[in-house]
Amino acid sequence: MTVKVEITVNGESTSADVEPRLLLAHYLRDQLGLKDTNVGCDTTSCGACTVLLDGESIKSCTVLAVQADQQSVTTMEGLSTDSDNLHPVPAAFRAEHGLQCGFCTPGMVMAAVSLLEENPKPTEKQVREGLEGNLCRCTGYHNIVRAVLAASGQDPDKAEGSEPDMVAPGFSTGSGA
Amino acid sequence: MIPVGFAYERPSSVDGALALLAEHGEEASVMAGGHSLLPVMKLRLAAPELIIDISKLSELSYVKVDGDEVAIGAGTRHSTVERSDVLAAESPLLAGVARTVGDPQVRHRGTIGGSLAHADPASDLPAAVLALGGTVVLRSPRGTRSVPITEFFTGVFSTAKEPDELLVEIRVPRTGGAGWAYEKFTRRANDWAIVGVAVVDGRVGLVNMGQTPLRATATEEALAGGASIADAAALADQGTEPPEDLAGTKEYRRHLARVLTRRALTTAAGG
Ligand SMILES: Cc1cc2nc3c(=O)[nH]c(=O)nc-3n(C[C@H](O)[C@H](O)[C@H](O)COP(=O)(O)OP(=O)(O)OC[C@H]3O[C@@H](n4cnc5c(N)ncnc54)[C@H](O)[C@@H]3O)c2cc1C
Ligand code: FES
Ligand code: FES
Repeated sequence: MTVKVEITVNGESTSADVEPRLLLAHYLRDQLGLKDTNVGCDTTSCGACTVLLDGESIKSCTVLAVQADQQSVTTMEGLSTDSDNLHPVPAAFRAEHGLQCGFCTPGMVMAAVSLLEENPKPTEKQVREGLEGNLCRCTGYHNIVRAVLAASGQDPDKAEGSEPDMVAPGFSTGSGA
Repeated sequence: MIPVGFAYERPSSVDGALALLAEHGEEASVMAGGHSLLPVMKLRLAAPELIIDISKLSELSYVKVDGDEVAIGAGTRHSTVERSDVLAAESPLLAGVARTVGDPQVRHRGTIGGSLAHADPASDLPAAVLALGGTVVLRSPRGTRSVPITEFFTGVFSTAKEPDELLVEIRVPRTGGAGWAYEKFTRRANDWAIVGVAVVDGRVGLVNMGQTPLRATATEEALAGGASIADAAALADQGTEPPEDLAGTKEYRRHLARVLTRRALTTAAGG
């Protein structure tokens, strides 16, 4: 069985007859040839496959292409017009050396775009927590966090010490009353 | 990893989904966020013949005050629960617990209904709804029924939901300004709770301390009888049967339940 999907990808309409079991990550990479979106763990853990679905970060290894039907997807290819006119987030990754091998970078960048959309002036702690779904095998987190702070228009050196207003969710949350 | 092939339907209404469920029964699986179902299908631990996709049913996505309760559509995503102004004011525990689920990408897809229907005892939201003393609303072509959350979870990954029923709504009492806290203990960011403790208004829900989420009834009774937080929390593991795995032994989990309950009660009391 195949199902027809129509997905707007990076502003352009795309359409294909796909098997329902086709993952969005494979639709983007294999059907459309958009290879910026990497598949790392394939188990929803590493975040390398992160793209935006209607503006929100999701892991495309854990969404079916049919589930994105009639929606819009943005990949790293869709952010910048060309390498001389980088979107502010990849530009900041370049300026702050927020990448080493670069494998995690498209996912990190897309997760950061979504994070900044929801919280335009995050604290350093909020950036770390906002990127908890993305792993960097080169462990270059320090400069990744700096890049996201810089992309938000903050001076990463000044924002570093900013007062955390959330307790790390991995350990505890705050209380009411 | 690629799931076994399956047929796919995307009904445009809850009634359409119910008709498909009635027709296909146990061969079909409903998919909401797909963040529990798709991973097990990719591992080929599940191979439904038909997926009924309810992820786009906007009629299942809402948060609203209804009398002395808050009603939450089963298809409401964790990220919406986390940021809901209604929940921040009326049931802040639920919003606070949703914030600890997985990571932002997971929260943009996963739904509260999927989390409850999946009934993993290591999940956060089921224990929160249990601590709140909520109700789940189930619908089938046979009608609509409400099941108290205390009767909903029947075992690991199993619930009182019949195969032809859809979980349509979760209802929790408006706890407003009552003290609350959620203590989720993990070794790494983004992990599931080794043990979690949700406290609200003197009630205590435990994550990963048995086959289902549990209430720490001995602790609750001690508190109601005037015991100190320390004395009541020391009873938190009574009646539990925690699992044993790489993350911890039974004894370790019992210890965590007592310590986390003390912390959560202290925080909820404003300490
Ligand atoms: C990497 C990762 C980390 C995670 N971390 C956590 C965590 O820390 N804490 C936590 O609690 N959870 C965690 N989860 C699970 C996440 O919260 C899931 O989203 C949730 O458990 C299931 O919701 P869903 O909408 O994705 O359900 P689905 O995967 O779509 O469905 C799950 C099950 O429920 C059934 N179902 C779904 N909706 C309904 C309905 N309305 N009526 C009847 N049946 C229904 C389906 O048929 C299926 O059997 C994590 C998941 C991932 C992938
Ligand atoms: S490849 Fe999707 S999260 Fe790792
Ligand atoms: S830069 Fe190598 S994985 Fe992050």
